[in-house]
Amino acid sequence: MSSEWPLWEVFIRGQHGLNHRHVGSLHAPDAELAIRHARDVYTRRNEGVSIWVVPSAQITASAPSEKGPLFEPANAKVYRHPTFYDIPDEVGHM
Amino acid sequence: MYAQMVKSEATNEDPEMLAAFQARIDAGERIEPKDWMPEGYRKTLIRQIGQHAHSEIVGQLPEGNWITRAPTLERKAILLAKVQDEAGHGLYLYCAAETLGVTRDDLTEQLLSGRMKYSSIFNYPTLTWADIGAVGWLVDGAAIMNQVPLQRTSFGPYSRAMIRICKEESFHQRQGYDLIRKMAEGTAEQKAMAQDALNRFWYPSLMMFGPSDKDSVHSTQSMAWRIKINTNDELRQKFVDQTVPQAKFLGLTIPDENLKWNEDKQGWDFSEPDWSEFYEVLKGNGPCNTDRIEARQKAWRDGAWFRDGLMGHAKKAEARRNAGRIAAE
Ligand SMILES: [Fe+2]
Ligand SMILES: [Fe+2]
Repeated sequence: MSSEWPLWEVFIRGQHGLNHRHVGSLHAPDAELAIRHARDVYTRRNEGVSIWVVPSAQITASAPSEKGPLFEPANAKVYRHPTFYDIPDEVGHM
Repeated sequence: MYAQMVKSEATNEDPEMLAAFQARIDAGERIEPKDWMPEGYRKTLIRQIGQHAHSEIVGQLPEGNWITRAPTLERKAILLAKVQDEAGHGLYLYCAAETLGVTRDDLTEQLLSGRMKYSSIFNYPTLTWADIGAVGWLVDGAAIMNQVPLQRTSFGPYSRAMIRICKEESFHQRQGYDLIRKMAEGTAEQKAMAQDALNRFWYPSLMMFGPSDKDSVHSTQSMAWRIKINTNDELRQKFVDQTVPQAKFLGLTIPDENLKWNEDKQGWDFSEPDWSEFYEVLKGNGPCNTDRIEARQKAWRDGAWFRDGLMGHAKKAEARRNAGRIAAE
């Protein structure tokens, strides 16, 4: 068995004005071919106007076990949302 | 189905962890690759997704067989696009399996050595152009039956792969039906070819769902884990109910003397396929098992110099870039 091509994560901008979005991954020997493979694998039906590829090994992910410490503090900060504040009707739309 | 008779792996882990895991699944949460999961769940999924991926890849062979012989340029372009989609389906699924910690080369090696299976249906030959219609109509039709519910499966990457695949499958089935309809509405000889294709593909298509699993422990476990959503019998019944009127529209006859509308169950009664034939095909004794595996082995062998060459080139180019960077510093 020969050496396997490295894994790349593929991000595609679906339409002008939108963010690139993760769509999946693929194997390719280098970045240039990763883009070409991504074209064939993920955009056969006009799904995109731009492609990013990133070596999967370069991605750092947050640990599922850290979900609490990372995201729960935001739950308590209701004052970050506009609905926290009562604005009298007389003031009008704000 | 594309993954037939997948044995679930036993799990012996901390009961509390298991209960918490099951609660997440029951609540409809998606399990992601880095989440804790029972070893049995992980192993069963690798087997199921791997088998599904292999089926997409091997499934290109019976159709690829006709690309150069398609009767018109338009049909050739359509078939080429369809077969290319199947390659894409295989790739989406391999990537989903890889998130569970198995490598692509390992999966490939297991297919080529016969340790992993692919769907029984692809061990039948495509003898005439009408067979290409029958494959799209019946084989993709049966696959859709199974894949649509799997979009809601509990494992995130598998579910997302299924969503992409389902978006593309409808084209596959429709082009097949369109093809066989042209033949059914053609000359008497063409219609006979369409009927012959239906005769040969009907029972193998019913076998795709696998034997009845209403008493199977593996199915019960897989359904609890939501990596299997319906029983094989439920899906087979749905498939028959959907296909009978479609065949009628074409003026073709389903090759089953016992086919009869059942008012009580509001569905068709039909004959079971010959399950001994199914087990023989799984064992490797179908009409095309040897051809299929040899074709995959040859493609893998013949492509080795190319895969290695591109990797060698990529490494050299990177070394050159790094050397340039150091020289510039
Ligand atoms: Fe497919
Ligand atoms: Fe398909």
